[in-house]
Amino acid sequence: MKPWQKIVLYFVIAYFVLLLGPIAGFDLPRIVQDIIRSPSVLVTQLLVGLINGAIIAIIALGYTLVYGIIELINFAHGDLYMLGGFAALTVMGAFGMQDGAPFVTAIIPMLVALLVSAGLCAGLNVLTERYAYRPLRNAPRLAPLISAIGVSFIFQNLGLFWGGLKSFIPIMGNTAAAPKSFPDLLPRIDLLEAMGIQTKVDFTLKDLIVLVVAVSLMVGLNLFIQRTPAGKAMRAVAQNRDAAKIVGIDVDQVIVMTFLIGGALAGSAGLLVGLYNNTIVFTMGFTAGLRAFTAAVLGGIGNITGAMLGGVLIGLLSALSDQYLSSRWTDAWVFGVLVLILVFRPSGLLGENLQEKV
Amino acid sequence: MLELIDVYTYYGNIQALKGISIHVETGEVVTLIGSNGAGKTTTLRTIQGLLRPKQGKILFEGKDLSTTSTQEIVRLGIAQSPEGRMIFPRMTVLENLEMGAFQRQDKLGIKSDMERVFLLFPRLQERMTQKGGTLSGGEQQMLAIARALMARPRLLLLDEPSMGLAPMLVSQIFSIIQEISAQGTTILLVEQNARLALTVANRGYVLQTGEIVLTGNAKELQADPTVRKAYLGDE
Repeated sequence: MKPWQKIVLYFVIAYFVLLLGPIAGFDLPRIVQDIIRSPSVLVTQLLVGLINGAIIAIIALGYTLVYGIIELINFAHGDLYMLGGFAALTVMGAFGMQDGAPFVTAIIPMLVALLVSAGLCAGLNVLTERYAYRPLRNAPRLAPLISAIGVSFIFQNLGLFWGGLKSFIPIMGNTAAAPKSFPDLLPRIDLLEAMGIQTKVDFTLKDLIVLVVAVSLMVGLNLFIQRTPAGKAMRAVAQNRDAAKIVGIDVDQVIVMTFLIGGALAGSAGLLVGLYNNTIVFTMGFTAGLRAFTAAVLGGIGNITGAMLGGVLIGLLSALSDQYLSSRWTDAWVFGVLVLILVFRPSGLLGENLQEKV
Repeated sequence: MLELIDVYTYYGNIQALKGISIHVETGEVVTLIGSNGAGKTTTLRTIQGLLRPKQGKILFEGKDLSTTSTQEIVRLGIAQSPEGRMIFPRMTVLENLEMGAFQRQDKLGIKSDMERVFLLFPRLQERMTQKGGTLSGGEQQMLAIARALMARPRLLLLDEPSMGLAPMLVSQIFSIIQEISAQGTTILLVEQNARLALTVANRGYVLQTGEIVLTGNAKELQADPTVRKAYLGDE
């Protein structure tokens, strides 16, 4: 570490801990006391963090995939995930699903919602690439970035409009901008209790289902990227676009495929977050998007395993901050982490800094 | 087999190729020599469809390539070991070779070509599971050539295979190039090291600031006083 970096490090740490720390809830003795008094709360929060982190990871994958291929931070990605949530909610409304509907009757609506959300978001993402990013492919890097921010606003307004369609879609509730309640369909059967283990920690079937779906999406993506010819073509384009062309890969097709996959993941995450948190709102894409982006940078942008790791870490940090620091300051803590990473390890936790040999 | 007729290529407004015409016949090794910036790499990139000629024709077995996509050009039988090697650094040697055969479906053919390149480059077989980026410069060059061969090209474009390599390795690479040619692949070789290039080539073209200034068979070029002075280092 260079001397000036050390100085910045100490300054940033001092700033966060000494100045911001106490205001932002960093009170070590109290935290220790809380944990000792009820360790089960800690475990519960870790579980919540893990699941929310898995959902963030799925969104983060969309950022990292696109960045890996065309070096664009797709700022519209978070809002795409929000639209996925609205699509899922609409499907639930169409099936007349309500809180506590029997799980068996909810299975088909949930599968349909998964298809609709993933399909809609994949399609929107491909259209966005085609009309908002591709024409700017040879423009300066800032141009597609601004275009992405523009698309983000369009999506947000689309979400607001969608939320106002209450006469067509009654499940949207009263006002356009208000959070919508997403039917609580996954059974809250405590699995630990069912297995005869008496704890204060709840690990419900709902937790398990969301976790399993999230993890399978990640494993599936990894297998796709590592094993299939199409996945290998994606890696090749990410590593050296010209070389990929030279071996005969259709780079445009790979870019379209990347947006398709990223969009499908965002749509699935929209459904999962609705099922898990039971509320969606048109602004949720902005915050979730920033967190997922932070997760992607934390893990090393462009690195798929890194995005998953980063997502889970951000989820855990948020959950712990909500419980033990101050929920109002959670975003500050999350983005404090982002600042620290950008200053000291710009390549991220798993980001490779492989020197190209001449 | 390959014929470029009066090809003009631009980088933005900069004229990189000013109407060059070359031809390569089946079975030949043809070399393009010239100093830095003469347009040698531009010529190869234009043939491969990575750059588009503003004017002129590129005929490969009678078919005009000037608007054909790169992946189609690869499928037609032109593969390239590019300048700077451009191997995939975070893929293993094996995966790099598989990518070279990306356009092919014939599993058996791919397998036999894999064996063939391992015979040509035994070092690559030893390094099979290693990541491309961890190879030495010479090994990366071998990998770049081997990857191009995996497309089973009829015309192989080689861009500066000697660049940055120790003399021992350079002569090793060049003897492999001769072997590839002997096995029946037509080669268009771009080199700054004119002396070496002319020892393996049948014919050559001298390229200077985007124009062909001289052409002839390798012996004639080796004997030509201007070539000797400008490219072979003779006083």
